[in-house]
Amino acid sequence: MGYRPRMSMTLHAPAREPVLELSASQSNLSQARLALGDLGRLFQMWRLCWSLAFLDITLRYRGSMLGPFWLTLSTAIMVGSMGFLYSALFHMDMHSYFPFIALSIVLWNFINTLVNDSCTCFTAAESLIRSVRIPISLYAVRVVLRNLMVLAHNVVVIVVVDVSLSAEPGWTGLLAIPAFLMWIVVGVALVLLLGTLSARFRDIPPIIASVMQMAFFVSGVIWQPSQLKQYEYLLALNPFFSLLEVVRAPLLGQVPSLPIYASAIGYSAFLLVTASLLFVRTRGRIAFWV
Amino acid sequence: MAAEILARDVGLDFPLYHGNARSLKKTVIRNVTGRMGADSRDRIVVQALRDVNFHLKSGDRLGLVGRNGAGKTTLLRTLAGIYEPQHGVVRVTGTLNALLDPNLGMNSELTGRENISLRGQYHGLSRPQIEQLAEDVASFANLGEFLDLPVRIYSSGMVVRLGFALATAIRPQVLLMDEWFLAGDANFLEKARDRLEDMVRGAEILVLSSHIPQVMLDWCTRVIWMDDGRIRADGDPGEVLHQYLDAA
Repeated sequence: MGYRPRMSMTLHAPAREPVLELSASQSNLSQARLALGDLGRLFQMWRLCWSLAFLDITLRYRGSMLGPFWLTLSTAIMVGSMGFLYSALFHMDMHSYFPFIALSIVLWNFINTLVNDSCTCFTAAESLIRSVRIPISLYAVRVVLRNLMVLAHNVVVIVVVDVSLSAEPGWTGLLAIPAFLMWIVVGVALVLLLGTLSARFRDIPPIIASVMQMAFFVSGVIWQPSQLKQYEYLLALNPFFSLLEVVRAPLLGQVPSLPIYASAIGYSAFLLVTASLLFVRTRGRIAFWV
Repeated sequence: MAAEILARDVGLDFPLYHGNARSLKKTVIRNVTGRMGADSRDRIVVQALRDVNFHLKSGDRLGLVGRNGAGKTTLLRTLAGIYEPQHGVVRVTGTLNALLDPNLGMNSELTGRENISLRGQYHGLSRPQIEQLAEDVASFANLGEFLDLPVRIYSSGMVVRLGFALATAIRPQVLLMDEWFLAGDANFLEKARDRLEDMVRGAEILVLSSHIPQVMLDWCTRVIWMDDGRIRADGDPGEVLHQYLDAA
């Protein structure tokens, strides 16, 4: 049976960059323009970004019975066991500690996997980067989207704990929304930053892994800030704590203090600026590094 | 808009950072003698492209010849916008498809259909166009019920057919092609050749890298001989190939 191409079958791709012009100008302005072009094409290709993130999750759980709800189950078990253990260790009321630990663990897991995934953001996509021109920023957004999908599965645990203990944040909880939107933007910046550094310097991923392990213990994930007593004010210096707290506290019905907000916004701004500068300078080099 | 490719003074260095620097250094010295140096910050770099100049208009068919490591694939990747040049300018007008790697981003854990959909999205195709793509690819590659099974369980022949069908399904104005496409079993080859030739005819500009002189003579109107990242000869296919084969 011979194959005959039919005219109706001929597919033409739309021109995303009708004129692709790459000049080796090292001027910051032209590099910044190329970086903006990269972001512009990201918005044209949001559907691809979504598909890549979605397939990452499906692939991980293809063929398993519970699928991504294994995430929910394992988080539930972790929250349950840590809830009992630490409320006993810290002599705390389970009714107030359980909503706290459920929220803490779920949010921290999001931060932790996001940061660890960022190390492989570009190196894991090496063959794709070398074979097709896709905006570099798309790889970072893919990692953030993938982790948001995981988070969505874990939110179930928080809801179950809160409903069964009838703990609700009230209107204060709405304060978590702008803070969470800030997380997403800062998350993309962070993944770009750490992904680029990890592609260039292969020693970065293990360093990040050990920093995150330490951060888990010093950032008030399992213990409550008030337990620090007179040293509580020092927590505002810890970027992990202040960023965690601006989303967590409102969901527990508390308004984060001014120093916490100042610290969260300050660290976020710093990350955004650093990541943008690095992106402008290195965007064109990543294909050589992976 | 008419397709056009302009390369002016294109230069590109490859930095070498990873792996065992010493043994890598030796390997590189063996393979690309004289082209290695250290840049201003003492990094090891390979001069992958130097002073590459050419201008192609609609209707041009350019062949690239040269031994392994001469810079052919790097030049194709630069024209495709994957590597950005450190010197000079590359300007490509028109839609572009680069057939550089037969399994371009193909994920063997995903099903054939998912891989097809992803490829369509790399090219920015709409949803109905992706369905059309899936139909076209499935019928050409003869996948049948395997379309909804993971590529991992395909026979090697099926993987080649899928990769080829996908690569040749989307018709660009500017076609960049590496020599891998001549792989595959003989029965498939004839069918493939028809399809490939159809695609090549449809493209306004072709840039083809190959080792096979006959392919060059059949398809190209101009041949560039790349040597150590530079253009050694540029002109009529017969003449350039003659010089190249004499030197080799």
